[in-house]
Amino acid sequence: MALRKPWQTFLLYVTQVVLFFVFAYPFFMLIINSFKNDGEILTDPTALPTSYAFDQIIEAFKAMDFATTFTNSLFITTVSLLLILIFSAMTAHFMVRNNTKFNRNFFLLLVFSMIIPFQVVMIPLIVIYGRWLNFFDTMPFTTLIALYVGFGSALAVVIYHGFIKSIPLELEEAAQIDGCNRIQVFFRIVFPILVPTSVTIAILTVLWIWNDYLLPSLILDLPELATMPIKMTLFKGQYMNDWGLLIPAMLLTILPIIVAYLIGQKYIIRGVMQGAIK
Amino acid sequence: MKTESLVKKLGLQLFFTGPTLVAFGVTILLPFLYGLYLTFLKMENVTSVGEFAWFNNYVLAFQDDKFWTSLWLTIQYVVYTVIFVNLLGFGMAFLVTAGTRGQNFFRAALFMPNMIGGIVLGYIWQFIFVKLLPNIGEALDVEYLKYSFLGDETQAFFTMVIVTVWQSAGYMMIIFIAGLLAVPRDLIEASMIDGANAWQRLKAIILPLMVPAFLVTIFLTLRNSFLVFDLNYSLTGGEPYNSTELISMLLVNKAFGESSNYGVAQSEAIILFVVVAAIAWIQFHFGKRREVEA
Repeated sequence: MALRKPWQTFLLYVTQVVLFFVFAYPFFMLIINSFKNDGEILTDPTALPTSYAFDQIIEAFKAMDFATTFTNSLFITTVSLLLILIFSAMTAHFMVRNNTKFNRNFFLLLVFSMIIPFQVVMIPLIVIYGRWLNFFDTMPFTTLIALYVGFGSALAVVIYHGFIKSIPLELEEAAQIDGCNRIQVFFRIVFPILVPTSVTIAILTVLWIWNDYLLPSLILDLPELATMPIKMTLFKGQYMNDWGLLIPAMLLTILPIIVAYLIGQKYIIRGVMQGAIK
Repeated sequence: MKTESLVKKLGLQLFFTGPTLVAFGVTILLPFLYGLYLTFLKMENVTSVGEFAWFNNYVLAFQDDKFWTSLWLTIQYVVYTVIFVNLLGFGMAFLVTAGTRGQNFFRAALFMPNMIGGIVLGYIWQFIFVKLLPNIGEALDVEYLKYSFLGDETQAFFTMVIVTVWQSAGYMMIIFIAGLLAVPRDLIEASMIDGANAWQRLKAIILPLMVPAFLVTIFLTLRNSFLVFDLNYSLTGGEPYNSTELISMLLVNKAFGESSNYGVAQSEAIILFVVVAAIAWIQFHFGKRREVEA
């Protein structure tokens, strides 16, 4: 960039710091108020805590059954993600290498499906899988994961499709000459090359599934099946305005994902960038 | 590629695309078609699939004032959020690519709200609007801040806009950064030698080259805002007096409310889909014409 006058540089920094404050304050507020009881929070939510006791946090941890809720979320997200990655990569690879009319139309259908509002399929899903087949009661997690695979494959296939086109065909032909069949070519050659793309898709998918509320709330109606966002709404309904418990519960709910962000921040930002360019 | 027998071809097709086809079919395709069919039935509730009612549900949907009020409110919300999310996101992208020290740190911090789901985010901001700001208002004796923003219809609407902008600007910023970094250096340098000032450079070089990025960000903000549910549900809950009930929430409430009418709710969902599809189509056709090559 061109030479900047000192006051311009100064202005840049001031703007950045002000923005930083605006973006970070809600998180900061959550942390300081997690150490206070309800009365202290309501007297002055901006004040720093007088002591750093973990009483409120521990109480919230127990009341929201954190371990179970966290495990539920982790299980659903992980299994859905793995299935989306493998199935979508297989589909996209086959579509690129077999440019048939069927595959082209299927691809267009997937692209088109990305603008369907969830509400359009919501009632049919409840009628078919909830009321008729009773899957919501007999196998809630399996049903939810299957639906996530269905909703998640469109974006994943589209992103993989764009990338697979740039993999040289010679690579796959060489492997075939060496005696690999089509399935081995995919798992030994193509899928490993796709790892960076898989990371991008994984980030977008995890952010979506981990934070999703409406779909799981329709299926998981027992408290012990709740995922993190569902538990948060149940908690809010139960404790209404008891901010002394609600604030640490919110902190606990966002903590896993914030920790993941602090660790993988570089990859997450890169993933979002690449996911948008596709 | 060597020729394969038809059976083998079919087997491979099934193996590679079968799982996605089935998952997509049972999750989206089948429910979508079935949902379309449901709009022509008279349905009092979810268990009673009634007799054929032709276009009656659509007629009822078109006469439903609540639906159109909510759709209009949603459109206003979409307009505000699309404008402010993109303006702020673009400005922030500029700021954190200016080459100051610590810009990676700022990027990371500005993106952070996107890690958090709408539900928790809504509760956090509810606390800010209901407790924190009135508390500050009392302490500093600022009349405007003393009462919760969520109690007033207009202010409650704008809390939704504020929180959405606060959350999404960082996401769009990342996409804009990718766009800004792709602007060729030599074009910028050439314009400097020619004596263009910063404003001219922005207008004549950077903005035209950023059209693809804007296409993506506008599409994403449009879709996210049109279909927002979580934040609406947790921040305002549609209150006060259903004045902030946006379209997604209206449809969900309609499907599960006391006077639930599945057939009409389903027809309204289809109308929403047509609106979203039309806007997406228009946007891409207008956008494509404005794209330029570097």
